[in-house]
Amino acid sequence: MTPDREDRLWMYRIMYLSRQFEERIKPAYFEGKQPMFNMAKGPIPGEMHLSEGQEPCAVGVCAHLRADDWVTAPHRPHHIAIAKGVDLRAMAAEIFGKKAGLSGGRGGHMHLFDVRVNFSCSGIIAQGMGPAAGAALAAKLRGSDQVAVAFIGEGAANQGAFHETLNLAAVWNLPCLFVIEDNSYGISVAKRDSTAIPSNAARAAAYGMPGIAVADNDPDAVYRAAGEAIARARAGGGPSLIEIETTRLEGHFMGDVEGYRPEGEVAALKVRDPLIVYRERLLSDGFDAAELDDSERSAVADVDDAFAFARETPLPDAVEAFDHVFA
Amino acid sequence: MTETTSKRRLTIARAMSEAIAQEMERDPDVLVMGEDVAKLGGVFSTTTGLLDRFGPDRVRDTPISETAFIGAAVGLAAAGMRPVVELMFVDFFGVCMDPIYNLAAKQNYFSGGQIQCPMVLMTSVGGGYGDGGQHSQCLYASFAHLPGMKVVIPSNAHDAKGLMTAAIADPNPVIFMFHKSLQGVGWLGTVLGAITDVPEARYEVPIGKASVVHEGTDVTVVGLGLTVHHALDAAKQVAGRGVSIEVIDLRTVAPLDRETIRASVRKTGRLIVVDDDYLSFGVTGEVIASVCEDRSITLRAAPARIAHPDIPIPFTPVMEHFVLPSSAKVVAAIEDMMEAGHD
Repeated sequence: MTPDREDRLWMYRIMYLSRQFEERIKPAYFEGKQPMFNMAKGPIPGEMHLSEGQEPCAVGVCAHLRADDWVTAPHRPHHIAIAKGVDLRAMAAEIFGKKAGLSGGRGGHMHLFDVRVNFSCSGIIAQGMGPAAGAALAAKLRGSDQVAVAFIGEGAANQGAFHETLNLAAVWNLPCLFVIEDNSYGISVAKRDSTAIPSNAARAAAYGMPGIAVADNDPDAVYRAAGEAIARARAGGGPSLIEIETTRLEGHFMGDVEGYRPEGEVAALKVRDPLIVYRERLLSDGFDAAELDDSERSAVADVDDAFAFARETPLPDAVEAFDHVFA
Repeated sequence: MTETTSKRRLTIARAMSEAIAQEMERDPDVLVMGEDVAKLGGVFSTTTGLLDRFGPDRVRDTPISETAFIGAAVGLAAAGMRPVVELMFVDFFGVCMDPIYNLAAKQNYFSGGQIQCPMVLMTSVGGGYGDGGQHSQCLYASFAHLPGMKVVIPSNAHDAKGLMTAAIADPNPVIFMFHKSLQGVGWLGTVLGAITDVPEARYEVPIGKASVVHEGTDVTVVGLGLTVHHALDAAKQVAGRGVSIEVIDLRTVAPLDRETIRASVRKTGRLIVVDDDYLSFGVTGEVIASVCEDRSITLRAAPARIAHPDIPIPFTPVMEHFVLPSSAKVVAAIEDMMEAGHD
């Protein structure tokens, strides 16, 4: 399953859109946090986990998904949300804690929910996997061909929920895909120091499901692997596990001084920035520079619009904190 | 209540499985999952007969993977199904609390009401039969403390059916606790008062409403689950001595029906709370605080509480029955309070 021209242009545009979205978060996040960093200050308080470098994982998978397919994302969700089609204005407004945000400011950036595209998040490692299995079971029981995808990091593969859910999804033959974004670090702990085997894709064998390792943070390779797995799930062939070798170009959270990284690591990763690499590949494959520039411009316009909206739209009334505790 | 159907006396176990079956009949989105709920019909007979009636798609034995299947229930609920899942013993919540309190309880809030979480988590509670400290706890307050979930516990079969029906219909996560000493399974003794007439037709017992199960004027005794029966026994024992007890069955722990409690204590001026969960930071303290913070209530005696002390539940019966609440302890508290009133 190879991406066609349109798929590749879409993937490039969404990667660029996600990158621009996060580049726009950065200065807003640091407002009120300089010269002394205080996480509580500024228009965007709290932890901020950026996904820069991980965009290929989101676009290569979500290129195969429909609005009615389910996706659960972890604490680093922006690229996945954007690739799944979460409303950009409402997402930006949520990050700014505004009334027009996805949950009216009750969730924040780790808890993005958009019912229009069946998207949800959990900030707890590996805990989006169970809900994805459940959504997949609902699809199966209703005879729909919807699938559910849980995105997790490589650190989540050492959680009990990971192993319990892979087993459950396999024993019930659920239309599920589990996607591991291996960015090499669980906060500061390197994968080699936390994980007994080099490839988590190998762990799929323990649950009798296909396990696919995707190298080099390559959107086209992710597209191919995810396409096969999702087609298999839609056809009743059961769950799959994919581990994608990706890169975290920023810290675990904004303000992370990253003393745990070997010297020069980030600079080396930035040379392999997937946006640069993919643009070059598309150009060498015959895409027009002007066409890519147009995609970039339209992505910037979308981000401009979303952030202008998020800035202007009002804050909620404090007392609205009491709404929606119960349905 | 004007029931025209003939009276049927059911156990809580039968009442629960009947309620689930009726809801499964009415609504194809209702399904049951948990350990040993299919062929075995539930270790505590909560799902007896459901597999035969509804088949293995809707009555699913799970692996021993509470984190996965309770997490899956949250995803099912997000997709519009109404899962009823069993956590065999409430003591097991330690392996799976995240999907309960971080996923189920927050789904509606984090989505600003876009995505609801209509699920029932039914779980057995309570000791008194020598099962040791990891199979005997109640933990009502541990769940009731956490916002976004409703917590119910029936004291009898009538309420069990009505609360289960209401729980399945509720668009929110409901923790349905059932007490092993009341359940009516063959291999555990059962308090006879828990076996009651149960209408065959569907009905709901409203969640969030306590019930005055015995009217009186001198002392309000609040209980839940098994301790309601301790309170009723005590009320009978002291009635001969001219002391009139009002017994309140909480039925729902969260949200707590503070108004029914306050109305009763406004009348009696005396309050005793009986709970078989741990004493500190629990139901007893919450009920007493709810009364004390209402300035319209004047207490005639300091409120009293009877609960399991702040120790792990011991195994050997001589110790376990020493620390558990009992009707004798309720009687002693009533006598002590009435004497204090006459000083």
